Amino acid sequence: MDRIGVALVRLGIGRDHYRVAPGLYALGEPDAQSPVLVTCNFKLTFDQLRRELAGRPFWLLVVETYGINVWCAAGKRSFSAEEVAGRVRAAGLDKIVTHRDLILPQLAAPGVAVRKLPKLCGFSGVFGPVRAEDLPTFLDAGMQAGPEMRKVRFPLRERLTVALVEVHVARKFMAWALAACLFIAFLGPGGFSLTGVLGAGFAAFGTVVAGFLTGVFLVPAFLRQIPVKAFAAKGLLAGSLTGLALAVLLGRAWPEGAAALMACAAFASWFAMHYTGSTPFTSLSGVDREMRRYMPLQGALLVLAAILWLTWAWWGDTVMGGLS
Amino acid sequence: MKEFRHLENIVTLEYYREKCVGCGACSTVCPHGVFDQDSGTALLMDRDGCMECGACALNCPTQAISVRSGVGCAKAIFYGWLSAIPFLRRLFVPDACSS
Repeated sequence: MDRIGVALVRLGIGRDHYRVAPGLYALGEPDAQSPVLVTCNFKLTFDQLRRELAGRPFWLLVVETYGINVWCAAGKRSFSAEEVAGRVRAAGLDKIVTHRDLILPQLAAPGVAVRKLPKLCGFSGVFGPVRAEDLPTFLDAGMQAGPEMRKVRFPLRERLTVALVEVHVARKFMAWALAACLFIAFLGPGGFSLTGVLGAGFAAFGTVVAGFLTGVFLVPAFLRQIPVKAFAAKGLLAGSLTGLALAVLLGRAWPEGAAALMACAAFASWFAMHYTGSTPFTSLSGVDREMRRYMPLQGALLVLAAILWLTWAWWGDTVMGGLS
Repeated sequence: MKEFRHLENIVTLEYYREKCVGCGACSTVCPHGVFDQDSGTALLMDRDGCMECGACALNCPTQAISVRSGVGCAKAIFYGWLSAIPFLRRLFVPDACSS
């Protein structure tokens, strides 16, 4: 598949059409001795397997995961021993191959209890490597994966690729945020005119977008360098910096700048926290704890930013007049 | 994962060595090298590296491992909280995943 198509799927455009029909596929003219690999029905995964194993004959058993990738489908239990066994029986695999081995992706293990497979379908399962690119080595070594093949990695390129998914996930949130910004602008002194509302509203929305870009791209890019562990805290730190840059660039009065900084930090923290769902190393307990700890702080920062901005917009001149 | 670490001392992973039969399934399935094998039993090497995916516990034949498994994803957790509130229950499903 073309690169543009892949990028579009990551952004969520046409994602629902990127499913492969479950069932058994013959690739490279396999025979009764060829290995059987099992995978999900997300088209990007299917295509990657075909690419990595190009020129090798093998059977590919695709199970129904509703277009979801192997790891997430296993986490949600749609990729399970029962599902695999059902597909093995439906395909009549015992009549197609003479051996009784299935190669499963290692990341299907949260959903697939392999020891159940022989009883369910007469085939036994072996976990292959984490990455499809290691499959040729794994097959050539007689289905042996070294410790490095069994570990997930999270290099920069992958961190930013999965960040694209967040753009799609955040679209509803962004629409609501824009509505909220326009509402706050309506409450300000410019609320009597359309240009006043739009000007102030979009300026406020600018801080939301800056927070979003910081949380979703900047924090993942500098994941290792930002010296705190909680993602929400990483977002707060990075968001304060972009917020400060924004305030200096806009060159407005300091209360407005402070409001922009606080809003930007709050949104960056929120979005960085949501990036946990795209990482391969955060636990349910860990994310739960950081949400309980940082969500009240994010909310407080936002309310403060709104109050500060409104107060300054309405009474700024009076305050400054009183001071001078 | 050694290069990226999340919060310490928080995961619910428990390992009961007396129940282990040394089959090695846990070290095969763990994507973070949390377990290693030594003279016939598994060793818990890196508890804080655990992401609670549940692969080890599900594939352990003797229930020597327990963990409250789930997805470490803020959106799923947030929707889980919202779906516990009576009125919002209709709008949010606890297992929501990027759609």
